[in-house]
Amino acid sequence: MNRSPLALDVRKVNKAFHDPVTVQVLKDVSFSVERGAFLSVTGKSGCGKSTLLYILSTMDTDFEGDVVIDGISTKGLPGDHLAAIRNEKIGFVFQFHYLLPEFSVLDNVMLPGLKLGRKSREEVEADAIARLKELDMADQARKMAHQLSGGQKQRVAIARALINDPLIIMGDEPTGNLDKRNAEIVFDIFKRIAAEHKRSLLIVTHDPDFAARTDRNIVMEDGRVIGGHNGSSTK
Amino acid sequence: MKLLFSIAVTLLRAKLRQSIVAAVGVMFSITMFVTLLGFMNGLNDLLDGMILNRTPHIRLYNELQASPRQPVQVAWEAHQGKDRPAAHHFIRSVKPKDDLPRLRNAEAIMDVLDRDPRVMAVSPRLVAQVFFNAGTVDLNAQVNGIDVNDEIRYYRFGDYLTEGDPHDLAAGNNVIILGKGLADMMAATVGEAVQVTTASGERSILRVVGIFQSGIADYDKVQCYTNIKTVQKLLARPGSYYTDVNVKLHDLEQAPAMARELSARFGVDAVDIQTANAQFETGSDVRNIISYAVGIVLLIVAGFGIYNILNMMIYEKLDAIAILKATGFSGPDVQRIFLLLSMIIGLLGGAAGLIGGFGLQRLIDSIPFETAALPTITTYPIDYSLKYYIIAVVFALLTTWIAGWFPARKASRVDPVEIIRGK
Ligand SMILES: Nc1ncnc2c1ncn2[C@@H]1O[C@H](COP(=O)(O)OP(=O)(O)OP(=O)(O)O)[C@@H](O)[C@H]1O
Ligand SMILES: [Mg+2]
Repeated sequence: MNRSPLALDVRKVNKAFHDPVTVQVLKDVSFSVERGAFLSVTGKSGCGKSTLLYILSTMDTDFEGDVVIDGISTKGLPGDHLAAIRNEKIGFVFQFHYLLPEFSVLDNVMLPGLKLGRKSREEVEADAIARLKELDMADQARKMAHQLSGGQKQRVAIARALINDPLIIMGDEPTGNLDKRNAEIVFDIFKRIAAEHKRSLLIVTHDPDFAARTDRNIVMEDGRVIGGHNGSSTK
Repeated sequence: MKLLFSIAVTLLRAKLRQSIVAAVGVMFSITMFVTLLGFMNGLNDLLDGMILNRTPHIRLYNELQASPRQPVQVAWEAHQGKDRPAAHHFIRSVKPKDDLPRLRNAEAIMDVLDRDPRVMAVSPRLVAQVFFNAGTVDLNAQVNGIDVNDEIRYYRFGDYLTEGDPHDLAAGNNVIILGKGLADMMAATVGEAVQVTTASGERSILRVVGIFQSGIADYDKVQCYTNIKTVQKLLARPGSYYTDVNVKLHDLEQAPAMARELSARFGVDAVDIQTANAQFETGSDVRNIISYAVGIVLLIVAGFGIYNILNMMIYEKLDAIAILKATGFSGPDVQRIFLLLSMIIGLLGGAAGLIGGFGLQRLIDSIPFETAALPTITTYPIDYSLKYYIIAVVFALLTTWIAGWFPARKASRVDPVEIIRGK
């Protein structure tokens, strides 16, 4: 395995939308995420947090600068290569849980693992059940995804993000839709993943409480990283 | 690939109704395609068979005509030399001597052809003009002296008998099988005797052992069959006297070339089946083109159905596509999923269509179809050739592949960011 000390290195990322008029959404964004670090990103609505996250997760390739994941520069890589990186190294949790409604809970969690193809179906299934158990969802494994409550779906989405034991987990307001109690559960899960599994987390949130309890908080304003508590992150 | 396949199946199951509608569309068109081609070709074979089964691939004969090179001319040219340069002969129009177009050397020709590997069967014929005496009326007819066993075997002679056993013709002397029209005009039935007069005035009594119906009424009014020996006796000719040699080949397509070859080699007239029956080929071709065209149009319509349903499905599954992409499935993976989905519809619909097509063919095959023109046919004809089933499957897969390809490509190009942001 590549033993780069940084899970993620963001180098001078610029992004502009040209429709209807050119708007510079991200301006020279640079920071890095160490292995096992739990980072949060905060900032006013519209400051470019989601846009940044889509770029970091390699789904959006239309930007300037470079994103280095586990020592691999992703700039200019072909689409299937990026898909493989996403599959192996990145776990993504969306604001709106986003499960495949026609699949069972277990299948939803297993799919990225089966796609990776490193383990047999049985092993992937055992992993998936273990993840669901950690999230207190093992008893729901056979249900269809659309039969779950919002909080339950969010936990399934987290289990899915964890199935390939990714280097970094990114979340775009993963607790935004949850009540205080469920948000608390999710936060604890993240905390545990960082501590026990030594995985990095980069979570966008509007919840200052949430942000305050992470290792480091990156504050954005108007497309720029303007710093945060626990030391500035600008490289 | 297995994973993509199982995803495709799950997506299909989730949209079971639409998938079934699409598959039924394919099934319907495959059913119609197979049935149509089987039925059309069954009819073609039937119509072709009416003539082609009965027709030799090559017929060798001698046209009765004045020799184009008169004897005196032949002799003249042979002696033409320096001693008689400017002379000219005046003898022309020597008429043919024989009253029958005898095929000379028929036995030697048959010997050679028997050994030719291209030839399936060689059978001689002796055809003569005769009169039948029905009361005071003389009916003009053509009596065909045939090699009965060969004709049964290679020209399906037995299929065209409405009454009697063709083997009786081989066994007996002075027996005859009359065309249906001819028998009706004479009011002759099996077992009765009829009087026949040859062109040279000799009379004989022949016993009717069968009635023959070719399906072409005019033909049946003037044709009758017996064995060669009987005709030779009627005409008082020797045992080696034949007018035609009929050749059946292994490969029908070789007939025209071989007819030319035989004609040149033996100095006889030769006509091939294609030249003799050009109109039948054209008819079959046109029917074939029509049935293929209709079948393919049906498939294209089914293809549009699949295209529509897949497009709709992709629109409804944009979220799923975005999730798959976000979790590491590449564009080509997504494309394969939807292409597989389309192919599954095509395969299931196609398989059901083949079964349906076979069922419909069987149904048509059991509908009674009796016509006076075709004595041995009792139900509508069907050609059950595997060929049409294979063509149908190939076309079904091809159309579903094409119909699936465009929506699948569209799915592969879905930008997950746009979908996720759009929520
Ligand atoms: N497709 C697009 N075309 C044009 N402008 C866009 C597009 N997507 C986003 N933007 C603009 O980019 C800016 C940043 O959007 P982004 O979604 O990243 O904000 P955000 O920080 O995630 O906000 P929120 O906290 O409300 O989710 C916004 O001003 C938005 O209007
Ligand atoms: Mg956002």
